[in-house]
Amino acid sequence: MDSISTQIFQQIINGLSLGSIYALIALGYTMVYGIIKLINFAHGDVMMVGAYSGWFAVTVLHLPFLPALLFSMISCALLGVLIERIAYKPLRNASRIAALITAIGVSLFLEYGGMIVVTAQVRTYPPVFPDTRYILGGVYFKYGDIVMLLTAVVLMALLHFTVQYTKVGKAMRAVSYDKDAALLMGINTNNIISFTFAIGSALAAAAGVLMGVYFNTIDPLMGIIPGLKAFVAAVLGGIGIIPGAMVGGLMLGLVESIVSGLGASTWRDAVAFLILILVLIIKPSGLFGKNVREKV
Amino acid sequence: MLVLEDVNVYYGAIHALKGISFEVNQGEIVTLIGSNGAGKSTSLKTISGLLRPKTGKLTFNGENLATVAPQSIVAKGISHVPEGRRVFANMTVIENLELGAYLRKDKAGIKEAIKHVYSLFPRLEERKSQISGTLSGGEQQMLAMGRALMSKPQLLLLDEPSMGLAPILVKQIFSIIKEINASGTTILLVEQNAHMALSIANRAYVLETGKIVLSGDSKQLAASEEVRKAYLGG
Ligand SMILES: Nc1ncnc2c1ncn2[C@@H]1O[C@H](COP(=O)(O)OP(=O)(O)OP(=O)(O)O)[C@@H](O)[C@H]1O
Ligand SMILES: [Mg+2]
Repeated sequence: MDSISTQIFQQIINGLSLGSIYALIALGYTMVYGIIKLINFAHGDVMMVGAYSGWFAVTVLHLPFLPALLFSMISCALLGVLIERIAYKPLRNASRIAALITAIGVSLFLEYGGMIVVTAQVRTYPPVFPDTRYILGGVYFKYGDIVMLLTAVVLMALLHFTVQYTKVGKAMRAVSYDKDAALLMGINTNNIISFTFAIGSALAAAAGVLMGVYFNTIDPLMGIIPGLKAFVAAVLGGIGIIPGAMVGGLMLGLVESIVSGLGASTWRDAVAFLILILVLIIKPSGLFGKNVREKV
Repeated sequence: MLVLEDVNVYYGAIHALKGISFEVNQGEIVTLIGSNGAGKSTSLKTISGLLRPKTGKLTFNGENLATVAPQSIVAKGISHVPEGRRVFANMTVIENLELGAYLRKDKAGIKEAIKHVYSLFPRLEERKSQISGTLSGGEQQMLAMGRALMSKPQLLLLDEPSMGLAPILVKQIFSIIKEINASGTTILLVEQNAHMALSIANRAYVLETGKIVLSGDSKQLAASEEVRKAYLGG
């Protein structure tokens, strides 16, 4: 293969790796929005906590990758439920802007509370994967890239299965569509909302661990930019729509790495937000969004 | 079985139910009629726990309902078909029915209940894998009723099942309501179509701006001067 197509392939691999991280974070945004119509601006910071829990599990508890991932996901699931119960639930019937401001408050709390606990110092993620590289047709696959993609795909498949086929998944869809009607079915909507936060936060934690592994360093403010980008990904796919978040995340990752590959990596972030603006102008309901869904 | 005594319900400052009292006995069809904004839907929402009475007594089989969570009210045997059907339009017919049985754990019983619903509404069986948002209004009404029956309620609350349906379909729905009642389910029916409602009900209450103004045997009410003038078009 000539070097240009090799280059392109290389960027696609990088883009999918990065994109799967965005997708995992975007899923939490979109699920929470779907169920309580709140843009949870603290979501990126939950990812940061996930990255630190993973770091703690690996360096202090000396756990291998998978148990560390699970440890981090469970910790953040609990954190997510706690945040919802303490900060958002009392505002369930308040105006949207009040809830949004609270979300920003929670975000700042996690960022600067985090600094008190772990200090502002940047930490290095220990190498959890061997440095093996595979070369296929001139394209490098790092062992870590493969594990990352695999982890993301498995988690998304699990989520899809849960939402589509399990009882709690059906209840989630019901609550997100019509809360009162769900109550009339006997669904405990509070529990379903908690469950949604738990799942979304666990996925963010997984993304945090993968980010740590991918970029090697973590710090208490690391959630801000990926959080915003995952929000862009969720809007791109259509906020509230689960497959939309997956596709939006992957697309954003691809676009970013192609922009970097063209030698314009300083424009990466700008491109993400340009996409947001374009989506909002051209199709505000996102790629997967329908503009009307109710039949009277 | 169901007793409301001097129940007051507010939406913020709006006093929607002004001390209403009525009761529904086991096996009956009772109808609540009244014009727009009378408080019919508010009454049903209060019974199913979506709204709370500020004062007054609300009991079901002797148990106080006023502080019970909606999901537990379903568990006690009250099922509510809300105004406007409110089917989960993004889900299939089957999924809607399964959600109606959310609190049940007996797999065999749920299967049985689905069969029973299909026998009442054969149309639903034909459409079982269809996304319910694409059903016609009449089919959505059938689905909403079928879904409510999935929990095997003792008391079924129906909010304007005839709304927006062609006369022939209204007749069909009302005969199914009678059938449901005949197989042992007590029914509280809210209607604007007073004529149809009075024709199948045992007893009726007339609601006007949050107060019960008339009550009694439905045949007597249908014959009374006041009801004919106000609700039966002369
Ligand atoms: N969510 C709400 N907030 C404020 N007021 C409300 C709300 N819902 C109903 N109301 C008021 O309460 C009163 C009773 O409403 P309700 O919906 O019970 O009437 P209804 O008898 O069901 O009427 P219709 O036949 O039109 O459905 C009305 O005056 C209505 O404006
Ligand atoms: Mg009404």
